[in-house]
Amino acid sequence: MTSITGLRDLRRRTVPPKYIPVLVTAGLFVAMFVAGGIRYDNFATGQIILNVFIDNAFLLVVAVGMTFVILTGGIDLSVGSVVALATMLSASLLKDGWPAYAVMALVLVIGAVLGLAMGAIIHYFEIQPFIVTLAGMFLARGLCYTISTESIPIENQTFTDIAQTRINLGGDLSVSPSAVIAVVVVLIAAYVLHYTRLGRNVYATGGSEQSALLMGLPVARTKIAVYTISGFCSALGGLLFAFYSLSGYGLSAVGMELDAIAAVVIGGTLLTGGSGFLLGTVLGVLVLGLIQTIISFEGTLSSWWTRIFIGLLLFVFILLQRVFSGGSRRRTP
Amino acid sequence: MSRILKHRLFWPLVILVALLALNLFFTDNFFKIQMKEGHLYGSLIDIVRFGAPLILVSLGMTLVIATSGIDLSVGSVVAIAGALACLRISGLSDQNSVGGVLGAVGLALVLSVVLGAWNGFLVAGIGIQPIIATLILMVAGRGLAQLITDGQITTVNSSPYKLIGGGYWLTLPFGIIIVAVVLALTAFLTRRLALGLLIESVGGNAEASRLAGISARGVLMTVYAFCGLCAGIAGLMISSNVSSADGNNAGLWIELDAILAVVIGGTPLSGGRFSLSGTVLGALIIQTLTTTIYSIGVPPETTLLFKALVVTIVCLIQSPAFRAKVFHRRRRPIAARPAAEEKVRVSA
Repeated sequence: MTSITGLRDLRRRTVPPKYIPVLVTAGLFVAMFVAGGIRYDNFATGQIILNVFIDNAFLLVVAVGMTFVILTGGIDLSVGSVVALATMLSASLLKDGWPAYAVMALVLVIGAVLGLAMGAIIHYFEIQPFIVTLAGMFLARGLCYTISTESIPIENQTFTDIAQTRINLGGDLSVSPSAVIAVVVVLIAAYVLHYTRLGRNVYATGGSEQSALLMGLPVARTKIAVYTISGFCSALGGLLFAFYSLSGYGLSAVGMELDAIAAVVIGGTLLTGGSGFLLGTVLGVLVLGLIQTIISFEGTLSSWWTRIFIGLLLFVFILLQRVFSGGSRRRTP
Repeated sequence: MSRILKHRLFWPLVILVALLALNLFFTDNFFKIQMKEGHLYGSLIDIVRFGAPLILVSLGMTLVIATSGIDLSVGSVVAIAGALACLRISGLSDQNSVGGVLGAVGLALVLSVVLGAWNGFLVAGIGIQPIIATLILMVAGRGLAQLITDGQITTVNSSPYKLIGGGYWLTLPFGIIIVAVVLALTAFLTRRLALGLLIESVGGNAEASRLAGISARGVLMTVYAFCGLCAGIAGLMISSNVSSADGNNAGLWIELDAILAVVIGGTPLSGGRFSLSGTVLGALIIQTLTTTIYSIGVPPETTLLFKALVVTIVCLIQSPAFRAKVFHRRRRPIAARPAAEEKVRVSA
């Protein structure tokens, strides 16, 4: 651990401070991977990392949407419920004999429209995002139960094909289509955030809404756009979750909003907005996934230890980020 | 008339009255309060009684939000306090001994204060954003509660413990008395002493308060510890009411309901001012809503849908921007201007 600290000190002089949180997360991810490789047999393989991608593809997509929202200084609590709603909608529509691709398109549109509506309420009626998306969370969860309180299995051919396909990457390595979709979403989102006008507007709005408004930036459009993106990503995440679990259930993805927020935070994005990177979010999801992998490798730990470990690691990461970022990134009371 | 309309508590009160009036059509004798065997009975009493834990948690949350913070961990603290108290009581040789129960309750409350202070330390001492700082305990706390009860539901059979959440004292449910005492104490401390002023000052601008000579850290620590204590008492009430502790489900999502109650009560999430009476009204609105859902026979599947609808309506009605855009005559052609002015006025 001391060698890592030394390394960071060295880098601090050469790397701009804004990259430090992401680098810390990357360093800790590598450290965890190496530690796992030393402690367990068959751990330090490429497939373990690919499995983390496969098992967390939906979380990755959801966290990407969450990153957009958090970068503007907002928050979206509805993502977990929208994921559940997406699985529920696809399962029940497929059962009624709808074609698979029509279902996918409809689910994505519904997710985006939900996000759009929340964004519009947040912006035009000036209600806190926390409250509006909380209502959205109740609404989506309520819609799930209205569809059915039971779990609905998915037996559609297209869905099962996607669920069972493995794409060979050469050697013994393979990934699922869901993981590929998630990576594509990450790449598109990274391009949008860093190389388009919308991306710059997102950072500007998060930095200071007032200044962005005075500069003549389209704050209204940006704010509504990020919630639409988040709604769309949640619906897509829900589809990936449906591929993964091959069923729709109203109680699935409970608390996923917390995982998504935790991933974004561990990735070094500030909840006050305006600062952070999409790569950090990806690393955050990978770290959460690796924690679960390590705990399942350990094998003897009860399920509640998972939560305690995630809490502890959240604490350690946040503390480390504060130490490395000089402790001056936020006003201290 | 316009002064009444502009009063901070006007809209919450209207909503509460409307919800209660709605019940009148569906339940006979809704407003009737009876005296049976020296205890007061009635739907209104039940609303306050079952809403007592939420009111307590919301009171603590109000002060935290007034410092422009937030405490997501209250649900976990509720679970931990109930779990610890039940574990201690189930270990007693005589579960009905008052001393033993008091010891268990005291221990659980001390732990709640410590957990609250831990949040305060993270926020004030280390300077972590409140939402993340309390997220840590929210995630880890459920695990801790299950660790205490070993993943089981611990049941106790203790009449002194039962009193806290399910008993009567002086014809009133004991929970209502606890809430009244805590509310009176909080109101005295914040409105009769300088503490309330300090809290609002820290919420308005922590740095400026520190420069003005206010110990912002001390205020923050106190407020988070108090929020932990309130959550702890609520946890005891919930677990005592069912005589058992469930680490997984006790107080689940109570933090969201509490934050909702605070916001409905007119305390802005940005901090800087707060209204205790508004919070109590907000918590009562949420509890009345739950009761209403049962009494008008909304099917359980659509309960959440109904709740989402009411929450949206309540928040829309309370939003000055919404009222200006929908109800008022168009005064100025530019829509953005009145909104911007509104913001400046609030933060000043």
